[in-house]
Amino acid sequence: MSAHDLQHPFKRARGLGSAQSGAGHWWMQRVTAAALVVLALWFVILVLGLLHADYAQARAAVARPWNAVLLMAFLITAFWHAVLGLQVVIEDYVHTRWKEVSLLVAIKFLAALGALASVLAVLRIALGA
Amino acid sequence: MADTRRPLSPHLQIYRWQVQMVTSILHRATGVALAMGTLIIVWGLLSLASSEQSYAQFKAWLGSPVGVLLMFGWSWALFYHLCNGIRHLVQDTGAGYAVPQFIRSSWLAVIASVLLVAATWAWVLLAGGAA
Repeated sequence: MSAHDLQHPFKRARGLGSAQSGAGHWWMQRVTAAALVVLALWFVILVLGLLHADYAQARAAVARPWNAVLLMAFLITAFWHAVLGLQVVIEDYVHTRWKEVSLLVAIKFLAALGALASVLAVLRIALGA
Repeated sequence: MADTRRPLSPHLQIYRWQVQMVTSILHRATGVALAMGTLIIVWGLLSLASSEQSYAQFKAWLGSPVGVLLMFGWSWALFYHLCNGIRHLVQDTGAGYAVPQFIRSSWLAVIASVLLVAATWAWVLLAGGAA
């Protein structure tokens, strides 16, 4: 804090800092983790079932309604959980502010693109477009 | 960081090797690896959605030595992060923080992940190889 700052420290702290969203981050990391326990195991079983599937069989498997829904849920949750985790890693190890903020924004953009692209791919297959 | 004059806590190279330390570091490392691995799933789905030819390219890459090695590493990372993640969820309830319990659950997560990855790849081999 600079010597010329006339703001009261309490005014500065209220509504800012980790107290604003830290608990929300912590909680969503756990909620997505709990969902991924089930979704990741399901995904491994799905992939093992597709080891020898040809193109048409693989598409038919992804197009099955429950598989399509769970695949989209898995990928959205996985990218969400990844952003929450990578965020903490970046905040811990990147100490140059502009690099830290740039990386934090970059992983969010990349995860959003990844989730959108995979949802579009699943929908295209499921809807036969 | 550079102009900090106060005493610093001992860093990694000072600590004696402990399993709790390894599980903690591995959780982060496998998390970062899995985040990148998710992009391979996206690639696979996009190739499946676009054409038979691009899906064949994807499967050829997966079946290559580099692809198989990455899949093996990725599957272990997934199972390890899963087992140790469940361990952390249990610990979030406040359970298992006594030092002997903490060490035991660390080993449990490591051993369970190795068993799961062995079972998975045994299944792959029994089914007649990958991809």
